[in-house]
Amino acid sequence: MKARVFVTLKPGVLDPQGKAIHHALGALGFAGVNDVRAGKLIELDLADGTSDAEIEAMCRKLLANTVIENFRVERDSS
Amino acid sequence: MNSAVIVFPGSNCDRDLKVAIETVTGRAPAMVWHRETELPDGTGLIAIPGGFSYGDYLRSGAMAARSPIMQAVVEAAGKGVPVLGICNGFQVLTEAGLLPGALMRNAGLHFVCRPVGLTVETSQSIFTSFYSAGEQIVVPVAHHDGNYQADGETLDRLEGDGRVAFRYRETVNGSARGIAGILNDAGNVLGMMPHPERALEAAHGGTDGRRLFEGLLEAVAA
Repeated sequence: MKARVFVTLKPGVLDPQGKAIHHALGALGFAGVNDVRAGKLIELDLADGTSDAEIEAMCRKLLANTVIENFRVERDSS
Repeated sequence: MNSAVIVFPGSNCDRDLKVAIETVTGRAPAMVWHRETELPDGTGLIAIPGGFSYGDYLRSGAMAARSPIMQAVVEAAGKGVPVLGICNGFQVLTEAGLLPGALMRNAGLHFVCRPVGLTVETSQSIFTSFYSAGEQIVVPVAHHDGNYQADGETLDRLEGDGRVAFRYRETVNGSARGIAGILNDAGNVLGMMPHPERALEAAHGGTDGRRLFEGLLEAVAA
């Protein structure tokens, strides 16, 4: 069973990497980009039966720093 | 004074910190590998060095904060043992929950490596008692993720409770309210981005870091 964890900076937290990417896109001539926020995608290959609560605990204890980051979990339905 | 320097894979200021502690206290600290689960008996000071523990994987300090020895560090900190985290050590302490907030990528995106001007914000701590409040000192920084961030309420509380130990006097990394170092609620844990162990001898270019270790020695020996 697989799950994908998306870790993103909380709104309002300054994202210097996103800003740099935004700037680089502008330099390449892509004019229509209003803002860029960079995050992380973490793919987990899990034992069958791993509960949502366990995945959430993994996110809170390690995968995300909830002081500055939000996380969202997507599970494969298969 | 019995002290311990915690060593993670990727620590690179552990030996500088050892030399600084030994120079000031006259006793070499125990070098404690991250896989250990206990600190040496009678450890009176724990120091967490700078570097790039675990290659900064996931987030700076994130993996180190979950390594076996950190449980013992958190326990000792809870009992009042002084804990000093410098640079990556500061990042580890925030990730371990011993200090609030987080250290993010420098606002200018560049690695910053130079001596910077600091203001000592409080002399009312075991780490800063040999300085005067408001004193201006110069200590080197060397970091990529030194941009201290916390929510407004936390920042207000840190300032209101006199827990901001050091503030930058110049633009360095985008830190909220210019914060360079903070104390925990009980005052026995200090995290700071600047490197006092690199400002110990005249040959280092400055000696402003030395009194931090001298003050600690007096506090711990007392």
